[in-house]
Amino acid sequence: MASKDVLIIGGGIAGMQAALDLGDMGLQAHLVEKNPSIGGKMAQLDKTFPTNDCTI
Amino acid sequence: MTGNQKEEIRIGVFICDCGSNIAGYLTMQELVDYARTLPNVVFVQENLYTCSESGINEIKQAIPTHNLNRVVVASCTPRTHEPLFQSACEEAALNPYLFEMANIRDQCSWVHMREREKGTERAKHQIAMAVAKAARLRELSRIELGISHRAVVIGGGISGMSAAMALGNMGYEVDLVEKQEKLGGLLNSLNIVLPANEPSSRLLHDLAARISANDKIIVHTSSEVTKAEGYVGNYVVTIREKSAENRVKAGVIIVAIGARALKPEGLFGYNGKSVITHLELEALLKQGAPAAKNVVIVQCVGSRCAERTYCSRICCMTAVKNSILLKEADSRNKVTILYRDMMMYGVENEDMFRKSKELGVRYVAYDPAKLPQVGEDFVKVYHQRMGKEISIPAELVVLSTPLVAQEDAANVSSMLKVPLNENGFFLEGHVKLKPLDFATDGVYLCGSARFPATIREAVSQGLGAASRAAIVLSKEALFTSGIVADINTETCCGCLGCVDVCPYGAIRFVEEKEICQVNKVLCKGCGGCAATCPSESAKLDGFSSEQIYAQIEQAFAS
Repeated sequence: MASKDVLIIGGGIAGMQAALDLGDMGLQAHLVEKNPSIGGKMAQLDKTFPTNDCTI
Repeated sequence: MTGNQKEEIRIGVFICDCGSNIAGYLTMQELVDYARTLPNVVFVQENLYTCSESGINEIKQAIPTHNLNRVVVASCTPRTHEPLFQSACEEAALNPYLFEMANIRDQCSWVHMREREKGTERAKHQIAMAVAKAARLRELSRIELGISHRAVVIGGGISGMSAAMALGNMGYEVDLVEKQEKLGGLLNSLNIVLPANEPSSRLLHDLAARISANDKIIVHTSSEVTKAEGYVGNYVVTIREKSAENRVKAGVIIVAIGARALKPEGLFGYNGKSVITHLELEALLKQGAPAAKNVVIVQCVGSRCAERTYCSRICCMTAVKNSILLKEADSRNKVTILYRDMMMYGVENEDMFRKSKELGVRYVAYDPAKLPQVGEDFVKVYHQRMGKEISIPAELVVLSTPLVAQEDAANVSSMLKVPLNENGFFLEGHVKLKPLDFATDGVYLCGSARFPATIREAVSQGLGAASRAAIVLSKEALFTSGIVADINTETCCGCLGCVDVCPYGAIRFVEEKEICQVNKVLCKGCGGCAATCPSESAKLDGFSSEQIYAQIEQAFAS
């Protein structure tokens, strides 16, 4: 049977959302990130417009 | 697990610094020391970020280690973070409804940035209120629902077609509902699309052919959705096709009703002949280039003004594209674009912009305080750099008008109980975190119904909305929130006050008993009924009067 696992390369905001949605669909997602922690550029921001949410 | 009210209440309080968002303005150590003095609190922990992996792990470890049976997090807003903390409790085998949050960021540190002492006092009150409520929380359970593995897509433009195609390919049945006689929406009116440089008709025919070949997709043209009842997983949608009405079951609904181009009646001498819109120019270009040798294109007509403050964003690209096509048809054609700011983001658009200049398209910036004047066969404009008015010959004037909301957007909005913004476009659940979802579960959004979109954006949003919808469709069952209303059958006098305030139609009047009753599946837990009920018969689980009175008492305690 074909594997239903998904490999996601890059753990920034786009990769994380993709992994979450796939996980919510019941698939196994493997999220691979080069850096020690996920979050990418987004994790380096403080607040984002227009909602002023703290990005972390 | 608790539930036994005689069991000792053991509350753990986690106080979040939110980096500097909270710790920068409040004295955290004081909050920690204060929380330790509160009744039933047996454990207090300060976190740099409670929502980080280490913060979540600390909650999960503290529950068994300190035998906690209630958890309070004092941090940011439950709107974004409550589910995360609740699932941490759940993973540590604590009922997720034995969790309470105090929003000491949005409601305290952010609004009292210059008042450290008073702000800190205020945060203490908020923590005390949350602890008082937590001590009175009870276990709640979620209801399991079966779902229909079928989707209704409203709108058969490029975005809706893409969404339907994606869901069909995943194996789900789709009803694609289009008001017009054929699929395609605005794409039907376009000529060549750049940067792909292909006729929009080809793009459209390819997709339409793939849709009709997909036996999972049922296309309803000349049709309208007239009614939608139910809730996520179990909607019943009425589709009117010509004169017949059909009711279909659907787990999810995707709104893809698109937008329409503003007809600039009364603006810049618009007459549909020598002064036209881009859509009208595209129709001319489909028949071959127009005869005019001198063409002037005016940007921001009816947008970025007092009446419509927004930038429609796609008009700059459209104007540049059509200027290139006019120049390529005959290089002797003179094309001038009068603009306020050119918005040509990204590699391909910037390339297109450069190419138009190489082909000799002339760009003149105009001042919105001195609008260009359209005459018989010329356009007068104040040239800011030359400091004087110039007259440009023009047999044809093209007005770049914005996309505006569909006329039936308001109907669709009230039918599905999803909001519109001040311009009549649909408002997503969260501008960044939920761009393709509505706050209403099981209803999704894509394409120009949300905001003017390029073809590429409309397609990606269609695919994205389908993917979000598939999260629901791929499940065997759904669980509703445990926070739902309940009406005491003994004390309800059937005054119907709650029925009137319920925005979800979740309460009905049971005539034979003369009382009101809540449908717990439809209930979203807003609490309107509980606040309205004069006899306190309606109560909201997780927000009982006892819990709220305890909070109020703490708010006024010195």
